[in-house]
Amino acid sequence: MIEGVSIYEILTLTTTVFFIGVYGFVTRKNLMGMLISIELILNSAAVNFVAINKYLFPAKMDGDIFSIFIIAVAAAETALALAIIINLYRLVLSVKTKDLETMKY
Amino acid sequence: MDLRFSVLILLIPLSVFLILGLFFRRIKQPLAGYIGIAGLSLTSILSFFVAYEYFFHIGNVGGVFQKIVVGQISWLHFTSTMSINLGILIDPISALMLIVVPLISLMVHIYSMGYMKGEGGFTRFYAFLSLFTFSMLGLVLSSNLFQIYIFWELVGVSSYSLIGYYYTKPSAVLAAKKAFIVTRFADLGFLIGLLILSFYAKTFDFVTLTNPAFIHSLNGQTTTFIGLSVITWALILIFIGGAGKSAMFPLHIWLPDAMEGPTPVSALIHAATMVVAGVFLVARLFPMYYLIEGGIALQLVMVVGTFTTLFAAIIAITQHDIKRVLAFSTMSQIGYMMLALGVSRYEGPDGLGFTAAMSHLFTHAMFKGLLFLCAGSIIHVVHSNYMQDMGGLRKYMPITHITFLVATLAISGIPPFSGFFSKDEILAAAFEHHKLVWFTGWIVAGLTSFYMFRLYFRIFWWNDPVYKHKPHESPKSITFPLIILAFMAAFSGFIPFSHFISPDYIPFQSHMEWGLAGASVGIGLVGFIFAWVLYKKENDLSTRLSKAFGFFYKSAYRKFYMDELYMFITKEIVFKRISAPFAWFDRHVVDSSMNGIGNSTVWISDKIKGIQSGRVQDYAMYFVSGVTIISMILWFLIK
Repeated sequence: MIEGVSIYEILTLTTTVFFIGVYGFVTRKNLMGMLISIELILNSAAVNFVAINKYLFPAKMDGDIFSIFIIAVAAAETALALAIIINLYRLVLSVKTKDLETMKY
Repeated sequence: MDLRFSVLILLIPLSVFLILGLFFRRIKQPLAGYIGIAGLSLTSILSFFVAYEYFFHIGNVGGVFQKIVVGQISWLHFTSTMSINLGILIDPISALMLIVVPLISLMVHIYSMGYMKGEGGFTRFYAFLSLFTFSMLGLVLSSNLFQIYIFWELVGVSSYSLIGYYYTKPSAVLAAKKAFIVTRFADLGFLIGLLILSFYAKTFDFVTLTNPAFIHSLNGQTTTFIGLSVITWALILIFIGGAGKSAMFPLHIWLPDAMEGPTPVSALIHAATMVVAGVFLVARLFPMYYLIEGGIALQLVMVVGTFTTLFAAIIAITQHDIKRVLAFSTMSQIGYMMLALGVSRYEGPDGLGFTAAMSHLFTHAMFKGLLFLCAGSIIHVVHSNYMQDMGGLRKYMPITHITFLVATLAISGIPPFSGFFSKDEILAAAFEHHKLVWFTGWIVAGLTSFYMFRLYFRIFWWNDPVYKHKPHESPKSITFPLIILAFMAAFSGFIPFSHFISPDYIPFQSHMEWGLAGASVGIGLVGFIFAWVLYKKENDLSTRLSKAFGFFYKSAYRKFYMDELYMFITKEIVFKRISAPFAWFDRHVVDSSMNGIGNSTVWISDKIKGIQSGRVQDYAMYFVSGVTIISMILWFLIK
């Protein structure tokens, strides 16, 4: 709980970060940008968990633990995504999304 | 005496068929014949023994012939009330057939040794002869309606394969198809009839079905259709099946064409045995035909029989192909048997018609089998079916000549040959119960005598043509069966059939009606004299006479345009008016709606396939917009 900051402000912040992430995922032109956008989405969710836990159920720890899980899973996922991106780069010498459209109708 | 060994009567021909059929490449020409003849001799001995034992020892208990069922097994057990049995029923008429079928079949087997010599597919021929003998014996020994139907179809199949024996000849193939389709169409009636009958009677069993008390209980059946009880309809439908096999008008069109088969086959199947299956079927169910609803179904049998006998006799006069003359003569004689059944009553001496039909079946099998075998012998020598190519053959073929003459005298009803007795009984029974039927039968007796003597004189007298190859008598294997059958045709009339066969299983004494016999012999002689005048010596009287009859002669020669009528009905009405619109509907409505579904699917998918662009971000966009739309809907719904 932070003095002088209500839950609404925190939730407004996380929602803004979430939609910035969604916007970035849809519009970025290279894979690294998309990866960073995904991180934004995940972080907004993690902050939400912590904030709601602290403001609504201060006696419990569930939200904190969940956010730790999310951080761990996000780290693993990022490692995986980076591996895929490196492999793709070796294959097509590019990380631009417009060069990666072969799997279509 | 335990008759259980009579199962062997069926098993021997069946195993001969299997041996010859399975190893037909290994078994060469004469050996196949010997195997067939050996198997059939064994069958014949057993059959004659069973018939003898039945008629003279075990059949007659206290003056009543028994229905003996042996070897009954439950074959298809559906429920406790619905099961189909297989078994062997021996009663006077099946015992009679146990003499007719193996005897004729054995004669044909021996005859074919000479006749079919050098033909390709000799083993196949004997295999199918054995199959036919098995099926026919199974048919006459069946203990229930369902079993008889199975064997009924089996004789149809073997008849089909034997008519189409020369399968490289298009006309033979067509004839085989025609025979099979026409009889199969008629058998549809039989099948429906037996299903209706068994549905209401709750049994297939002949012993129950021919029990008068049981039949009277069926008369209480109140379900009716167009004013007749369903049982009567079932009997009429069963008769349609019988009429198809027995070539009754209007289902007769296959029989003349069936003459495309080898002549021994015509003798066995299309003269002596298979074609009388319809008569046998009606005789088998005779108590039902007579007792259900006062015998309306039996009236139909009588009308059809009477019409066919006259119809076929008129056509027979005009034909030139000697086998076709005999085929129409067969139709006419089977019509006689049907007519005799139709005028018969059930009790005592009034059952004379039934006895007469069965005795005529017996004698007819002998003399008509003989006539066909003689015709085969002649065709074998002359290499033609047409009487224009024949004449004066009596000098070259003495045995064939004498045996043919015996058979001709028998079929014309000249005493003391066999046909006289059976025909006289039929006419006596008809005279007692229906004068018009008697009159038709009497006229037909004259026509029969005329066309048979026409055939006889035309083949053996007429003129003395110059033959390319000098005709000679056929080999012994051909003449031996002729002599045996001639003996039977001459003397089998003296068998007192009424002592053995009657509709109520009680033997009775039949009397000679001398007045009627005199009348039928008289008209037979008239026919003979006409034939003598027209055909004894070569002259143009017959051509002038046929010209004088003009249109009537021509239409009789064309078989009263029955084939054309059938072609018209099938081609013009069924194919063009009914089938063609259905085909159009199928092609244009059913098919095109299916094509329409397929085409529109292709068109739509072609239009929308751009959605799957391969860009991950597009998919994410769709996902986000979808979630947004759904959450907005939910938002409004919950609010």
